[in-house]
Amino acid sequence: MGNSDRPLSPHLQIYKPQLTATLSIFHRATGVFLVIGTLLLVYWLTSLAGGAESYGQAQAFFGSMFGRLILLAWVFALFYHLCNGIRHLFWDMGVGFEISTVYASGKLVIVAAVALTLITFAMAYTMQGGAV
Amino acid sequence: MSMRTPLARVRGYGSAKSGAHHWWAQRLSAIALVPLVLWFVASLATVATADYATAVSWIGSPWNSALLVVMIGAIFYHAQLGMQVVFEDYVSTHWLQVASIIVVRFLAILLAAVSIIAVLRTAWGS
Repeated sequence: MGNSDRPLSPHLQIYKPQLTATLSIFHRATGVFLVIGTLLLVYWLTSLAGGAESYGQAQAFFGSMFGRLILLAWVFALFYHLCNGIRHLFWDMGVGFEISTVYASGKLVIVAAVALTLITFAMAYTMQGGAV
Repeated sequence: MSMRTPLARVRGYGSAKSGAHHWWAQRLSAIALVPLVLWFVASLATVATADYATAVSWIGSPWNSALLVVMIGAIFYHAQLGMQVVFEDYVSTHWLQVASIIVVRFLAILLAAVSIIAVLRTAWGS
């Protein structure tokens, strides 16, 4: 068939990166990342069902430097995917298609995702003295 | 020449032979997950992760365990729908695309079952 010889459009290597396209592929990337991240949820719940000892091991993992980094990435990916998902739901209703609105909502999504991530970690650290 | 309207045709067909069902299911689970995920992250950050006894008593409340079970169902349903689109877009080898979709769908059901059983065992004191 020779399908693989056809040129890709847009030609990604020379195509100028734009906020809209970057946020779009980032929505997908965070979605896939969150699917892998569901393993954290499964681990946390099964450790809790396993009793105090296994829950302690899970807490130690989530409290380690590596665990905290994973949680930070997971929480940010979650809030980005959630905020941009709401942006998609507005588009599904036919709202916000003007180019200027698309850029403004895109920037709002970034700001909201960063802010919600910071608020979450501020809450976790103040409520528990850094237990997470 | 077909006498059917374009709307009637698109309802039943399209490349996946499922009309708009996948699209609608993805949106519906997304809408459900907005409040559920916000509630879950806020709970995790404040009460749920403090220590074993606190976490167990938090899950033990009927509302919390019910919301967790619903959220787990919505998460794995939404995850599996999303991964299906990713495989359909990027895996061009047909048998591998279908196999990937099947494996991820089965895994999603398994992980959802394990998570829900873990919640119920914790809530009911195993």
